Amino acid sequence: MPGPVVILENVDKIFGEGASDQVHALKEIDLRIEQNEFISLIGPSGCGKSTLLRVVGDLVQPTSGVAAINGKSARQARLDQDYGIVFQAATLYDWRTVAKNVQLPLELMQFSRSEKESRTQAMLELVELSDFAGHYPWQLSGGMQQRVAIARALSFEPSILLMDEPFGALDEMTRERLNLELLNIWRKTDTTVLFVTHSITEAVFLSTRVIVMSARPGRITADIAIDLPQPRNAETRSNVRFFELETTVREALRVSEAGEAPERKPA
Amino acid sequence: MSEPRQRFWAPAVILVVLVVLWESLVTAFNIQQFLLPKPSAIAGNLVRVAALDPSISGEGEDISLENRFFTVLPAELSPETQASLEEARWLAFNLGGRRFFVLPGSNLTPILAASWFTLKEALGGMAMGTVAGIAVAVATTRWTATREALLPFAIAANSMPIIAFAPIMNNWFGIDNPFSKMAIVTIMIFFPIMINTVRGLVSVDARSLELMRSYAASDSEILIKLRIPNALPSLFSGLKVAGALAMIGAIVGEYFGGPRIALGVFITQEAALFRFASAWAAILVACLLGIAIYLVILLAERLALPWHPTFRA
Repeated sequence: MPGPVVILENVDKIFGEGASDQVHALKEIDLRIEQNEFISLIGPSGCGKSTLLRVVGDLVQPTSGVAAINGKSARQARLDQDYGIVFQAATLYDWRTVAKNVQLPLELMQFSRSEKESRTQAMLELVELSDFAGHYPWQLSGGMQQRVAIARALSFEPSILLMDEPFGALDEMTRERLNLELLNIWRKTDTTVLFVTHSITEAVFLSTRVIVMSARPGRITADIAIDLPQPRNAETRSNVRFFELETTVREALRVSEAGEAPERKPA
Repeated sequence: MSEPRQRFWAPAVILVVLVVLWESLVTAFNIQQFLLPKPSAIAGNLVRVAALDPSISGEGEDISLENRFFTVLPAELSPETQASLEEARWLAFNLGGRRFFVLPGSNLTPILAASWFTLKEALGGMAMGTVAGIAVAVATTRWTATREALLPFAIAANSMPIIAFAPIMNNWFGIDNPFSKMAIVTIMIFFPIMINTVRGLVSVDARSLELMRSYAASDSEILIKLRIPNALPSLFSGLKVAGALAMIGAIVGEYFGGPRIALGVFITQEAALFRFASAWAAILVACLLGIAIYLVILLAERLALPWHPTFRA
């Protein structure tokens, strides 16, 4: 049994430390994520969910505390290309076709030409966009663009998938369909997912665990295991347990927003 | 469907109206040709049309077309004149019982030679200025420290009065050396190229950069795969500005002296000799060349950026 994929110990992040307008984004974060978990981070806007995701991905350096990924430093994990990232905006490169966008990480990681092509093909099949390989991003709808971004993130089989409100800008129908697609992909691969969202429904539907955060300073106020049966499907949404868990998460969010955690400003 | 046609026809109609108005007003008010030559006199320097009309009877005398755009001649010409017309013509055709000859204009050869000379200066300067502008832009992006070091000089180069600079370049490289004009063009277009390229290289979406970092991409990989493609559209806007400046720079440089076959020199000399129609004709050709450079850049942009939003069908 391998150790946890992500270990955060006592992580603090202060932006603009020492300045009068410093922001205490993360405070005393302790988090362990095991292999193959699907973790959602939920909380009010500005609670530091995205910052936490970026600390794990080594895109933001913690002010203090330790981040260990796959038993390495976050930086080493990034250099070892352990991360696949999907943002709220698809962030495709306009000058590359769909296939070339998916290939971008493969090019950087010096995959062989045949490997690049077979993986791109497989990924586009996975997100059902094989017919659009030669299209440019602007020719696709928002939902299709986001599927390309997911294919790109998965193409090199990263051990951790970091998703920062990936479906936040999409309409409800598209979002629900992509939720199901994402779960399919997650089941087929060995990926561990860290997923930032605003939506309680989405968090409960997708996750094995939901982490609730409070705002300013961002801290973890609840850690709720989602014991819904796998595989999840359309029927999961009508499960009584689904509603109970939604209520639990909503309660936890309300408590955290009421500011039960005392705010301690560093001197 | 009709919109592109309209875009072409509207200016064309305005042009024709303006030219007709110009021609008739100059004739009606009997304006001296050194104040404002007739468009037909200007055109006559570049191209002439001669019509042989059988209804006019004339002796087979020696005739001259001078720089008139359109001349009617008697049909019966001396064999020598007939032969020289046939030899000089670009094309000849019959229409309404007349025989028409389209002939090169009175000053076409010197104007074309001068234009070709000046165009080479403009293009040479443009090539050097573009290469220098891109190189400095990439360097300042790749090594941020160089930006602070180089930017003041770039701004200084841009605020340099070109007119004052031209005689110095003539002195440095020699008045007849095309390189003296290329240097002027280079300095004129360096800044728009550099500043546009820098803007494109630097204004990269923050998420796109994070994405590259998450793949552990090196700075060079980020430059090649993200910054440079991202900079291409603004590089082309810089090139369009530069294209217009290049012809101007070369001609302005030649005003301060140059070989006799240069366009700027040709214009000054013709004006000094009160041959304003041919000066205007040379200006017209300079204008057309500027437009041609612009169109070539436009075409290159279309070929290089098939993905760009501007070209969305």
